[in-house]
Amino acid sequence: MIASVPGRELNPRLALQDHWRAMRRETPFHSRLAALDFRNDWYSWAGCKAPLSLWDEELEYFAIRSQAALIDISPMVKYRIEGPDAETYCERVFVRNVAKLRPGRVHYTAWCDDEGHVLDDGTLFRLAETRFRLCCQERHLPWLLDSAIGFDVTVADETEAVAGLALQGPTSCALLKDAGFAGIERLKPFDLAFFPHEGGTVTISRTGFTGDLGYELFVEAADALSLWDRLWEAGQLRGIRAIGYTALNRARIEAGFIVANADFVTAEHAIRADRVRMPDEIGLGWLVDPGKPHFNGRRAILEARRRRSLGHVLVGLEIEGNVPAEHALVYHAKKKEVGLVSAAIWSPMAKRNIAIASLQRPYGDTRKDDLWVEIYALREGQYMKLMKRATVVPRPFVKLDRRTATPPADA
Amino acid sequence: MTSSEAGRFDAIVIGGGHNGLACAAALGRTGRKVLVLEAADRLGGAAGTHEFAPGFRVSSLAHILNRLHPEMVAGLDLRKHGLALSAGAIPSVALSSAGDPLVLDGAYGERLDGTIDAADRSGWSELRSLLFRQAGILKPFLSRRPPDLGAMSLGQASLLGSAALSLRRLGKEEMREFLRMVLMNVADVLDEHVGDDRLKGLVAFDATLGAHLGPRSPTSLLGLYYRLAGEVAGVTGAQALPKGGMGAVAAALARAAEAAGCKLRPSAVVGRIMVEKGRACGVTLDDGEEIRARTVVSAINPVTTFLDLVGPRHVDTGFVRRLGHIRMKGDAAKLHLALDAPPRFAGLAEEAHRGRLVIAPSVDHVEKAFNPAKYGAYSPEPVMEITLPSLGDPSLAPAGACVLSAVVQFAPYALKQGWEAGKPKFLAAIMAVLECHAPGIGRSVQHAELLTPADIEARFRMPGGHWHHGEMQVDQMLMNRPVHGADGYDTPLDGLFLAGAGSHPGGGISGAPGWNAAKRVVEVRG
Repeated sequence: MIASVPGRELNPRLALQDHWRAMRRETPFHSRLAALDFRNDWYSWAGCKAPLSLWDEELEYFAIRSQAALIDISPMVKYRIEGPDAETYCERVFVRNVAKLRPGRVHYTAWCDDEGHVLDDGTLFRLAETRFRLCCQERHLPWLLDSAIGFDVTVADETEAVAGLALQGPTSCALLKDAGFAGIERLKPFDLAFFPHEGGTVTISRTGFTGDLGYELFVEAADALSLWDRLWEAGQLRGIRAIGYTALNRARIEAGFIVANADFVTAEHAIRADRVRMPDEIGLGWLVDPGKPHFNGRRAILEARRRRSLGHVLVGLEIEGNVPAEHALVYHAKKKEVGLVSAAIWSPMAKRNIAIASLQRPYGDTRKDDLWVEIYALREGQYMKLMKRATVVPRPFVKLDRRTATPPADA
Repeated sequence: MTSSEAGRFDAIVIGGGHNGLACAAALGRTGRKVLVLEAADRLGGAAGTHEFAPGFRVSSLAHILNRLHPEMVAGLDLRKHGLALSAGAIPSVALSSAGDPLVLDGAYGERLDGTIDAADRSGWSELRSLLFRQAGILKPFLSRRPPDLGAMSLGQASLLGSAALSLRRLGKEEMREFLRMVLMNVADVLDEHVGDDRLKGLVAFDATLGAHLGPRSPTSLLGLYYRLAGEVAGVTGAQALPKGGMGAVAAALARAAEAAGCKLRPSAVVGRIMVEKGRACGVTLDDGEEIRARTVVSAINPVTTFLDLVGPRHVDTGFVRRLGHIRMKGDAAKLHLALDAPPRFAGLAEEAHRGRLVIAPSVDHVEKAFNPAKYGAYSPEPVMEITLPSLGDPSLAPAGACVLSAVVQFAPYALKQGWEAGKPKFLAAIMAVLECHAPGIGRSVQHAELLTPADIEARFRMPGGHWHHGEMQVDQMLMNRPVHGADGYDTPLDGLFLAGAGSHPGGGISGAPGWNAAKRVVEVRG
């Protein structure tokens, strides 16, 4: 903890968001993670100590695809949005139509500044008619509070107060049934429901970041460990494994999901003026609903569409060979530099060499031919310089029927 | 409830102050059907005349004309519609409690009457012509629409070009001098040229009038440039009193608007600006009446316009943030005295009483008057500009009696002790200063009306009691007035325009924001 300076009052708005006081905060699940950890491979996720890997990256990945992987998602930034104007407030902030989001549903969305540049993407949970939870990558309280001017709504950071777990993989539904969450099999993708736990409530949604069958569970931080134990016990015969970010990252690339400040730079983090992106430039144009009530950035986005001034496009690439093209430059006709790969793996599920890349229009947009990536593969003290053909392909790279089947098959 | 007036109007102007009326009249002359909605029971806003004691009438807020937009005066035939000014320019008088007053005759001190040493006489003459030349450079910017930084039109580029050209024409020395001085404080500039305390006090007062600045605050010279960029009857730097008080200006504008076919509706309080799909499409009155029009022009406060009438949900968060940052807390109070007889200011010739009398004995005095305002207290020895309008216009007071109208500084809007408690004490402080310069004046007061910024806020619907609808400082001028995104009379909403003093070029009885806004509406075919 950083103590406040005596005699100097903290700006009250800063005090509403004081995560910065603790460095590498441990999440409510830390003791369980630490007990399972063989690698001591921690990184900082939104200021929290989080594992890149706990025991074996490869096997952790396959836990997602063939068992049930348990991921501590408590570091994810969470805001509670509540009040009579919660819906109209959300309409103004987010680019996607909130009126269409019924209570008990979740949707993926994004929000922009006045210039139409994306501030972040995230999931919006409609917990009740007038209560929402926003989950995202970056902190936004000052922006969200300023957006609340003129609305009867309260916005509060509940990142530390609420602990989160993702349970992902083909056995996840069966596991939750075994753990006593009766009726969980009735949840369709993006549904959420409340279940009793230890005298409190756990909110379970059929959501995730893997493109697989999976769920996300949220509880008060005080109930975190008992929830973990409840899942862990029920999961012994369902192959439950705790995993870290490296494995999750592979799964999300296969699912074609993007990560803020990895695949695009958020508007408040961009230092260089040309690094900001509009939704249409990072593959999120489909979220934008010009017909809904006014939202931040609407004018700018529609103007950019009208003037065709959108400079970039985010695409999925399939690359020949099997060497991951992470951070490789993308060329047209092997000569003209037209973009950069932001994420790439050899996909174990698709058995393809896949990548997510940002290209300068018209490349990747109307000109998709003759694209190449230049991969520098470091091999025992020497770079193997590879120029490989890249083809624009649709995302997701991997589409699993079990992600959407309801009820899920008992695995 | 939909009014029978539905569909009858091309444009609705919210606010029947002088800028709203100027805008309406200009739009009316293009053949548009225009409706002006004024919340108060009469038109004019802060450009009004009211009776504050039986038989005593006074300009409600602004009381001197020094920048009425000449293009508008001609374009609307205001003289034909009854605008009449005091004969000739009135002088400014620097009162002194210690010695003789100094009279600045002609257009802003063309001649100095009174005892003053020869060096100061020539120093002033040089400084005055320097200031006039420099204000002349800024004048085109202060009369037309500010340039768009994003997409500049040919006309705007040529305006910038002509300003650059006039800088070139000044010659290298003068250009360097202008660029050196433009953001200086007025006190340092005065020190470079003159020594006379009365003269420096008066100029320092004028530079900071209506601003939250002391003469030693950086950029305080800009206020003086703004003042000297104005003109009356073709004479730059001149000043005049309108016959019948400031309400006569509003009345002439109202007649011009009516002659142009505008419908003027007082006692019509707008509750909402209706917005459909990002476009303003009309207004809803407080009583529920809906009036639709293709164009809505708001000539009221910009913050009120967006936060109260449009509502934050129709504009972006960053824009709301910027609106919240507009510095808009008034520092000026208005005093009206009903006097038994004309007062006599010490050492002042009778004729000079018809001028603008300034009590600001020195730069230090103005600076010291400002100091407490920074910390939420009023000036214990306030500075002020006084007019006795009934001397030249007997219709304003009963026979033999006299009206005193004064703008008094500094009276911070957010007074720590609150204006309810502070107002009688501030009035006493003002009267003590007046008594010192015009002995016996206190005894002849029949009635005193003091409008603090809190009163001005309530009476004229001016948030913060700021009669320019936003500080006239460098960060709130040109394309930053009122804020980026609502500059140049455009707004984030299609079909909605701004036309009040909150927009460029700003406050004062000029009509320029309203006149320019009308031109903008026509330009973009609103």
